[in-house]
Parts: sequence; C-alpha cells; structure tokens
Amino acid sequence: MTNAINLLVGLAMGLNLIALGSGRLPAIIRAMAVQGVVLGLMPPLMETHFDWMVTLVAVVTVAVKGFVIPGLLQRALRAANIEREVEPSIGFVPSLLLGAGGTIAAMALARVLPLLPEHAGSLLVPGSLASVLTGFVLLIGRSKAISQVCGYLILENGIYLFGLLLIRATPLLVEAGILLDLTVGVFVIGIIVDRIQRAFDSLDTRKLTVLRE
Amino acid sequence: MIPLLLILIPLAGAALAAVWPSERGRPWLLPAVGAVHCALCLWLLVNPPVVAPNAWWGFDPIARAVLPVVSLLFLACAAYAVSYLRVRTERRNRVFVASLLALLGLLSAGHQARHLGLLWITTEAVTLAAVPLLHFNGTSRAYEATWKYLLVGGTGIALSLLGSFCLGYASLHGGGTGDLTFTALMAQGAGLSRPWVLIAWVLLLAGYGTKMGLAPMHTWKPDAYGEAPGIVGALLAGGVTTVAFTAVLRVRAVVDAAGAGAVTGRTLVAIGLFSMLVAALFLLGTRDFKRMLAYSSVEHMGILVIGAALGRLGVWAALFHVWGNSLAKGALFLSAGNIRRAAGGRTVDDVSGMSAITPQSAAIFVTGMFAVTALPPFAPFFSELRVVRVALGSGHAPAAGMFLACLLFAFFGLTRVVFAIVDGRPKPAARGGDKRLRESAGVVIPPLLLLGLALWLGLATPEVLRDSWTAAVDQLFPTP
Repeated sequence: MTNAINLLVGLAMGLNLIALGSGRLPAIIRAMAVQGVVLGLMPPLMETHFDWMVTLVAVVTVAVKGFVIPGLLQRALRAANIEREVEPSIGFVPSLLLGAGGTIAAMALARVLPLLPEHAGSLLVPGSLASVLTGFVLLIGRSKAISQVCGYLILENGIYLFGLLLIRATPLLVEAGILLDLTVGVFVIGIIVDRIQRAFDSLDTRKLTVLRE
Repeated sequence: MIPLLLILIPLAGAALAAVWPSERGRPWLLPAVGAVHCALCLWLLVNPPVVAPNAWWGFDPIARAVLPVVSLLFLACAAYAVSYLRVRTERRNRVFVASLLALLGLLSAGHQARHLGLLWITTEAVTLAAVPLLHFNGTSRAYEATWKYLLVGGTGIALSLLGSFCLGYASLHGGGTGDLTFTALMAQGAGLSRPWVLIAWVLLLAGYGTKMGLAPMHTWKPDAYGEAPGIVGALLAGGVTTVAFTAVLRVRAVVDAAGAGAVTGRTLVAIGLFSMLVAALFLLGTRDFKRMLAYSSVEHMGILVIGAALGRLGVWAALFHVWGNSLAKGALFLSAGNIRRAAGGRTVDDVSGMSAITPQSAAIFVTGMFAVTALPPFAPFFSELRVVRVALGSGHAPAAGMFLACLLFAFFGLTRVVFAIVDGRPKPAARGGDKRLRESAGVVIPPLLLLGLALWLGLATPEVLRDSWTAAVDQLFPTP
C-alpha cells in the first residue's frame, strides 16, 4: 500500500519539476491537471476497505483539480488570446535548480521530523513540502496571471498531500469544507483574471504597478 | 440557539439581498440586519451563554470579548452605506450588499469557531467574501488591488491551512484522537509533539498574520484600503483583522499549553515591533490619505500582537485595544470616504483645504486621527498605556522604548498628511459644488457615533466589557 502511495507522490514531485521547467502555459496547466488526478487517486488507496465518503471526496477531487479548474484556465487562455510563452522572471534553469534543491531539502527535513509508525517510510511529508516550494517559485518567478494561478494551485496540492496524513483523524465534513473553499476561491480568482484582462487588456502582472509607494 | 442566529441571520439576509429586485430598497437590508445582529450580540454580551467545552461553535468568552465591537462597527457602516449607495447609483449594488451581509455572517462564524478546521474554513470564506467589495469602484486600480489581495491573502491562508494540518498532526503524534477543538488541543498540552507544534506556530502566525496585515506580510493592505470604498476599509481594518487576531490568540494558547510559551512570546514581540517600525517609516513617506490609514492599521496590528505577547495583563490590554482601534478606525475610514468623494483626489498634492468644503467630515477626521494616535481621553490611549506599563513591568524595557518611538513617528506621519489635506486653500479640482456629494446626516452621524463610542470607552469603560475581557483572558490562560 505504502509503495503505491509513494509511487504516486514521486510522480507528483516529478510533475512539479515539469511545471517549473516548461516554457509554455498549456504545458504548466497540463502538469497541474495530471498532478490533481494523481492526488485524487490517493485517498481510496490509503483506505483498507471501501468507504463511500472517501470515494466521493476522491471523485470530486479528481473532477475539480484534474478537469474543472484546468478547463477554466484553458478557456481563459483561449478567450484572452494571450501569448503562450511564460516569460519567467526567475529563469528556467534557476527555477529547476531551486525545485530540485528544495526537493532534496524537503527529504532531509522530513527525516528529522517525528512521524507516526504507520507513516514511517512515506513520502507524503517531503512531497508536500516540495510542492509547496514549487508553488512559491511559480508564484514569485512567473509574471503571467495564469501561471501564478497554477503556482497557487500547486501550492494547494502540496497542502492537500499533507492533509492525507490526517485523513483518518479529521472528519470528512472538514475536508469537504476545505475543498469547497478552494473551489470557490479558484472561481473568484478566475473572475478577477477575466476583469483584469478587460481592464488592462493584458494578463501580464508586471503591468499591475500603479499602486506602489 | 442565539449564537447560531448571529451567523444565520446575516447569511439569510445575504441570500435575500441577492434576489431583492429594487436597487433603491436593497441597501436598507444592511441596517436592518445589522441592527438585529447588534441587538443579539449586546444581549449575549450581558447574558453570556454556557458553552459546552467540546462544542465546535459557541459564543465563548473570546467571541464575547470581541464580536460585539465588530457588530457595532458593522451597524455604523451599514447606516452609512444607505446614504453612500444612494450617491453611487451608477454602480449596481446587488453583489455589494449581498457580500457585505455574507461578510458579517462569516465574521460571526469566525469569531465563534472553536475548532481548528472550522476556524480556517471561515477565515478563508471571509477572505473570499471581501473580494467583490474591494473592486466595487470598478477601476483598473481597484482590480489591481484586488488581484494583489487575492494572491497575498490566498497564499497566507494556504500557509495557515498547512499550519493547521501540522498542529493536527502534532496532536495525532502525541496520541490524540483527532479531536481538533481548541479545548481538546489545550488539554493535550505537553503531550503535543514539540517539533510539529513549532512548525505549526510559524506557519499559522505567518498565515493569520497575513490576514491581520503584520509586516512583512502587509503588502496587500495599502492597495486594498486605498482603492476600496470607505465602508469596506472600515470593515477590513476593524472586523476582518480581528478574526485573524483572535485566531492567533486561540492558536497561541495551544502552543503555550504545549510548553513553547517562551517562543511564542518572543516571536510576537519581534513581529509586532517590526510591524510598528515598518508602518511608522511608511507613514512618514506616504502622500495618499487612504493608504495612510492602511499603514496606521498595520501599526495597530503591531500593538495588538505586542500586547498579546505580554501574558495575561497584556492580552487584556490588547482586547481593550481591539475595541478602541475598531471604533476609531471606523470613524476615520468613513470620514475619509466623505472627504475623498468631495475632493476628487487622494494625495496631499491634489487635495487641500477640505475643512472649507466638508467641515464636519474634516473635523471628525482630525479628531479620529487624534484618537488613533492615542490622545487622551480616547480609548486607544488607555489601552496603549496599559501595554507600555505591562511591558515595563515585565522587563521588556527596550521593547517599550521602541514601541513609544514608533508611536511618535507614526504621530508625525499622520499629522503631516491629515493637516495637509484639511488646512489651506481648496483646490479647484474639488467638487464642493456638486450637490450629490454634499455632506448629509447619513454620512456624518455614523462616524460621529463611532468616535463618541471610542471616547466613552476611554472615559468610562463599562464593567461588563472589563468582565468579558477578563473572562477571555481566563479562557486563554487557564489556571491549572
């Protein structure tokens, strides 16, 4: 069981690096969508017996993270008719180095932290920290609004990975609330992206510089 | 049942506002719901209900100590909003009114959340409910501010979720059963796994600190407060930030119970002083009087966390300061909104002589400025004095010295901007002749009442409030 989970976490970590290294927006969105599907598959794998609530959470996660949100972003991309290049402010090689270094650091840090016996040998903690870091690099190092949204979602994916450690302990009501909030959040972000596009005729956040001291 | 009504009535009001057909009638829902909410809140303040220790929701002492002032502030803003929206008929108010009411319901939920997960869910929902309020003006600057608010606030809230998970894992690792109410976490105390508790503290402080607007996570604040209508600024500075502050207090009580009290105290003093310093420096430089209010808010958040760092007496002073700050800031934001509309500009370069164009608002603005800079006998003076006295009494003399120096610089910065726009000869751009923008009773009385409350609180703090703050301190520092 742990092996299957670790395989998926490893896959998610690989997708982080793909997102960091790709120079075109659709590629980043695709990496994020695949990561969402991978994450959604994990909760049923962790349960030893069938639980319909866990299955429901998994289905909703796969649908939202894997299809709905990426679909919305793709549509925004087409509607805004923006150029597909990412235009990084932190270059691809430094981003990748940061991502790889961050992954190694996350592994080292996770080794120091005390884990419950059933989580020993699990990659969930390093995978989570590495994704959070990747999210931050994308948030800071990319200037297009859509790639920043992708960064934010990868950051959320990292937190979701950590949340899996608690899946048996926390009530599903809480998990459902968190999922709901995130979905609404992304919709709100989508609306604002649309308005920015109309107001500035661009989705380049480097143009958002009127407000400063 | 009544505590639940505090959440449900505003949410029902929001749903009603969303389907209400008339643009002119809809704003009246705001004072109606606000008045019911305020009456219920004050009734609960006087007659505190008994909360079961393991309850997920409840009007517990912490909610009792803070929620009534949020409710009072909302009522004043709601009364102001009726006149304000009548002036702004060119913007549709359906989403605005519904979001304001939803914000009130979610703020009540956030203050009453006694569960780590629920607290996060409600805080995130508050963040999202504020988004349509920020871009009400519909300018490109407003969208820019909203984008920054979403990105910085969203990241902060994500960090606090990670922190909540870490605290949950600390409980599991220490043999907990997965009960994540604050009561259960505090009862577990030293049983919580220490490395995880420390990680959780850092993440939660960064996350909820972003929501409060502590430096260096304050960057969304000047933009959001500068571009949003005055009512929204008042509610963000006096309402939303208080939810984040009580969240920090609740989390801090758990971390202290786990035996890391020295760490929390030190980090809170450091981040508080840094916020005050950053705010004071920016206040000396800013030329925009609405952004000035944002930096003043950063400064007061710094004062709150410094108070929170100083043990029982310090937290008591901080809760006192929450009341004084929310009321005085409300008066400032609302009167600044009046001045901004009549002036047609926002910086000291474009605006001057407003005491001739909007005499009443200018008078409230100046008096409010003296109230937030802690001039006696306004409430902030007494709460800040208590913070300084506790700091000196507990061996934090260098911190107290820096605290006073920052207050002094902030005073210089605020007076510089305020008198520049109030005094002098009115600029030709000022739209004093426009009838619609003239000061009416509806936009002058609410800030005046808030200012009056801040004064009354300073002159004669009611016994019931003192009791409520003491009860909240008792909840945060249980005597074994």
